[in-house]
This record gives sequence, C-alpha cells and structure tokens, in this order.
Amino acid sequence: MASLKEMRNRISSVKATQKITKAMQMVAAAKLRRSQDAAESARPYARRLASVIANLAAGVSGDGAPKLLAGTGRDDRHLVVVAAADRGLAGGFTSSIVRAARAHIDGLIAQGKDVRVVCVGKKVTAQLAKPYAGRIVETFDLSSYRQLTLSVAQPIADVITREYEAGETDVVTLFYSRFKSVVQQIPTGLQLIPAVVETGEAASGPTAVYEYEPSEEAILETLLPRNLTVQILSALLDNMAGFYASQMTAMDNATRNAGDMIKRYTLEYNRSRQAQITKELIEIISGAEAV
Amino acid sequence: MAKLHFSLVAPERELFSGEVDMVQAPGAEGDFGVLANHAPFMTTLREGKVTVKDGATTKVFDIQGGFADVGPEGLTILAEHAVEAA
Repeated sequence: MASLKEMRNRISSVKATQKITKAMQMVAAAKLRRSQDAAESARPYARRLASVIANLAAGVSGDGAPKLLAGTGRDDRHLVVVAAADRGLAGGFTSSIVRAARAHIDGLIAQGKDVRVVCVGKKVTAQLAKPYAGRIVETFDLSSYRQLTLSVAQPIADVITREYEAGETDVVTLFYSRFKSVVQQIPTGLQLIPAVVETGEAASGPTAVYEYEPSEEAILETLLPRNLTVQILSALLDNMAGFYASQMTAMDNATRNAGDMIKRYTLEYNRSRQAQITKELIEIISGAEAV
Repeated sequence: MAKLHFSLVAPERELFSGEVDMVQAPGAEGDFGVLANHAPFMTTLREGKVTVKDGATTKVFDIQGGFADVGPEGLTILAEHAVEAA
C-alpha cells in the first residue's frame, strides 16, 4: 500500500486539478452565454437573406440562373468543409463533427467520387490530416480571432468560390455542429452549393410583381456570394456556442469526478492513518506489558 | 397615416425594427424614399446614410452596401455594415 505521504500528495494534486476544471467550467459558462447571444442575434439576417433569395430564385429558375444557385449539373467532384473547434478539452465536440464528416466523405469515396476537404479549426486539421492526406485543399486556424464576424467567414467563402469557379468542384457541403440547446448539439451537413432554396414558402404566397433595380439576375449575383459567407458565419457561431456548451459539460463532469476521487482517497488515507495509529498503540502497550 | 414596418438588419444583429413614417435609403441607382404601402421593390444599396423618420424623431444609420426589400409586409434592409450615426 502507498505510504501516507504519497497519499497526501495524491489528494492535493487531485484537488489542484479540480480547481482548474472548476475554473474552466465557469469560464466556459460565461463564454457560452455570450456566444449564444451572438448566435441568436445573427439569425435574423441569415433568415431574411434566405427568404429573399427564395423569392428571387423562384423568379429566375431556368437557364439564366447563376451557377452558384443552379450548380454545375454534375455530381462528380465534392468539396467538404469541416468546421469544428480550435481547442480541445470539450469532450467529444470535435470528434462528433469529424465522425459525421468522415462517414459522408468515405461514402462519397466509396461511390468513386472525387472528394477534397477544407479544414476549419486546428483540431479538425489534426484529426483529418492523416486519413485524407493529399485531399486537403486548405486549412484554417481561427484561434486568433476574438470575435466572429463576417471578415472571419470571408476567407473560407473565398476559397469555396475560387474552387467552384475554377471548376474544381461541383457540390460543396459544410459540416458543423448545429446548436440546438446547451445539452444538445447536432453534427450537421449543410449543402452550400448548389444553394438549397426553401421554395415551399415562396410559392404559396401571392407573388407580387416586384420591381428590381438593377436586374433580378444582378441582385442575385451579389446576394448569393453574400449568402454563402453568412451561412458560414452562422455555422461558425453555432459551433462556438456548441463548443462552450460541450466544454462546460465536460468540465463539469471532470470536476465531479475529481470530487469523487478526493472522497475515495481521503477515506483510504484516513483508514490507513488510523490503522497505523492502532498498530503503534498495540506496540506500546505490548512493550509495556513485557517489562 | 398608415405606418411602414421597417427593419434594419446587420449580419451581427438587428439594429432597428418597428413602425415608422418614412425611410430614405441610398439605392444603387439613386436614393429613394419609402412610405407605407409602397409597391414591391428590390434593390442593392451603396454606401451612405439611411434616414428613418417617425413623427418628429429622425434616426440616421451609416451603412456600407447591402440590400433593400420592399414587400407587402414592409421594408427590410440587409446591410453589410451598419452603425447608428451620432
């Protein structure tokens, strides 16, 4: 059995760890609130933009539709953008996104499609660099940004547009974690190109005769790239909130486990301390009796 | 007088939402003003000022590009960058 001193050391080291995990949990909780607000307040823009595009797209379907909307008409080359965390210590947050993305990618490869990957987040790069060596187009590290704004999402959108316009890819899918609630984040694959338009709502309403300035096509040309960026941004914001939620949960678990450990070790420590005292007493008494 | 529902939305947050009398905005092909019951109209915006008038109060926002949509339910401006001018 370990000596008393060793046990004391072990208890104090677990206590130190517990302090750290506790602090991390509280920091994550504070940041979660802020990033949840950010994700919430970015939603109106994304929603409005989507509904405007749905309206417009209903009018310009056919040959005149921009390629970002209509796609290339092929399905051979895929670009998969995987977005997750830059940092660890958040339970299975990154792994669950990566797992969903890998299932998708492996499925496509099995069908003989050409798949290439864009990694957003350091941890994603670390997990995908090996299995998909040679398929990775670009990697992003967002850990240096303190706030997520459009200018963070822009470079990612630029890479996608560049690949698409160079004819290197036909379908672009984005993998991220949709923030449903603090305890539930769902790894989701979102098709970015060709743009998925919710036509249900647009078709049902009385279609008023709109006047366009400049033309419908010109407006759509400028809106679609913007929509791409906005979709990426709102995915990143969702990710951010999800990351902190899952970090908070992970750290809460860690704190609780550390507490259990401390309890167990303290019990063991006290027991062996008492055993030792009893042993010493017996020695003294039997020594006195012998005299 | 009928009121116009106006909302100004930036990517980060919604800056304004409510009933107003009139909104003036810098359209790509010229400034325009929108009153209640305007005909459906869609345009891109250039950099400039959006002026919101409601009764005696006037609010001014600086925007950098964006997009305006006048529909039956009112006017929506999706701005790329928007701040309320002092």
